[in-house]
Amino acid sequence: PAGASRSTPSNTPTSCGCHGCMVQDPTQFDVLVMPNLYGDILSDLCAGLIGGLGVTPSGNIGANGVAIFESVHGTAPDIAGLDMANPTALLLSAVMMLRHMGLHDHGNKIQTACFDTIRDKKVLTKDLGGNSKCSEFTAEICRRIQDLD
Amino acid sequence: MAGCAWRSMLSQVVGGAMRRPALSSASFSRGMQTVTLIPGDGIGPEISSSVMKIFEAANAPISWEERNVTAIKGPGGKWMIPPDAKESMDKSKIGLKGPLKTPIAAGHPSMNLLLRKTFDLYANVRPCVSIEGYKTPYTDVDLVTIRENTEGEYSGIEHVIVEGVVQSIKLITEDASRRIAEYAFEYARNNQRSSVTAVHKANIMRMSDGLFLRKCREVAENFKDVRFTEMYLDTVCLNMVQDPTQFDVLVMPNLYGDILSDLCAGLIGGLGVTPSGNIGANGVAIFESVHGTAPDIAGLDMANPTALLLSAVMMLRHMGLHDHGNKIQTACFDTIRDKKVLTKDLGGNSKCSEFTAEICRRIQDLD
Repeated sequence: PAGASRSTPSNTPTSCGCHGCMVQDPTQFDVLVMPNLYGDILSDLCAGLIGGLGVTPSGNIGANGVAIFESVHGTAPDIAGLDMANPTALLLSAVMMLRHMGLHDHGNKIQTACFDTIRDKKVLTKDLGGNSKCSEFTAEICRRIQDLD
Repeated sequence: MAGCAWRSMLSQVVGGAMRRPALSSASFSRGMQTVTLIPGDGIGPEISSSVMKIFEAANAPISWEERNVTAIKGPGGKWMIPPDAKESMDKSKIGLKGPLKTPIAAGHPSMNLLLRKTFDLYANVRPCVSIEGYKTPYTDVDLVTIRENTEGEYSGIEHVIVEGVVQSIKLITEDASRRIAEYAFEYARNNQRSSVTAVHKANIMRMSDGLFLRKCREVAENFKDVRFTEMYLDTVCLNMVQDPTQFDVLVMPNLYGDILSDLCAGLIGGLGVTPSGNIGANGVAIFESVHGTAPDIAGLDMANPTALLLSAVMMLRHMGLHDHGNKIQTACFDTIRDKKVLTKDLGGNSKCSEFTAEICRRIQDLD
């Protein structure tokens, strides 16, 4: 088709590069599996779409049933120890871990409390656009979890 | 080839085309410049016809020489582009190409690969500028991807080690890396761009990307007026989708360029509105639209000629015909911004001929 825009119905996958489509309409994608280099690129690209490495969970699956879940952002030495950090990435990775272990109810509860806090915009860490402390953000999520019970 | 001889030959080939602006306005305005036009397949002929009409309305001093590049088998059974097409390109040095369909016949080579090899098209250049009036989730994009197009991960060197284990060779050479880096810096200088960023993964591919990066650093030393930075490919992608306005000229090896150039095209609206240029040895340059042939709408006066038109504008600038290029680009962008006459893919319901006529009208008004 002459244009690879969203409104073109006859848009075939071959007429627009995967990455072009991803930035035009990421909602068309579901699970993507790929070799190493492409995964390195696409995983970071997609993290960017939802807000960056500060809010993106990650899991590594190994042989012998080993699995390690991790936040993929940096150590942020400039704010270490100042109660300013955003725990979202590590928390969502921990939720991923709970689901991997079959503990879906706990996982859902924690994720809901986390997302509700962010959606509400009242208690947000600096990187999320607010001016709350890490401990305040954490306490808010805990409060919501207790309310959900 | 000795360093100095190579460098001076290279700067003649690469820089010559770019340095033409200083001489060209006077020499080209004296007469017409011939351009080899390859309309292509599907919607190719109609969008090429649009471009020719618009160029005529703008009084661009271009005379078109139409050629077909469908591969034929030469003596000895080797696939080649038709001799009259090659002859035309060798003489005119400048080509404008529409989309080509991939022939199904067995053993038929990729047309783009054949063109690339025939003219040693080593640099693929895609300027990505947000088009006001064609809304995408990203605004104020203004960057250029410069992709090394002859080697890297697409060298086609693969082999089976044992059944179930395959290796693919990524070939990076000093010459190709230096050549693309030189082109990127020359482009930046000639187009008033402030920085060139080398995109790489030299932390992982220490020898191949390391060599590429080293050559970029060396060339940067000769272009102190252009800021040089380096960034890992994954970091570029992460940042690109969050804030593309931070990027300027990006230079990179083949595969990364393949990916990033399409990604960036997506930011401004897709292949239907993105221009592209291929720079070859011996002063050859072929500008082309990179979308498909759209067989479903071919011949129905529905096509959007924007990508080919903007590629033709890129071509005019390459030839030093900046005034004509700017005039045509302004008329095109104004038409899109105004939203009154838009082809279907741009969200309107005008015909290709109506969109073309509107641009021609605006060009005449600009005079």
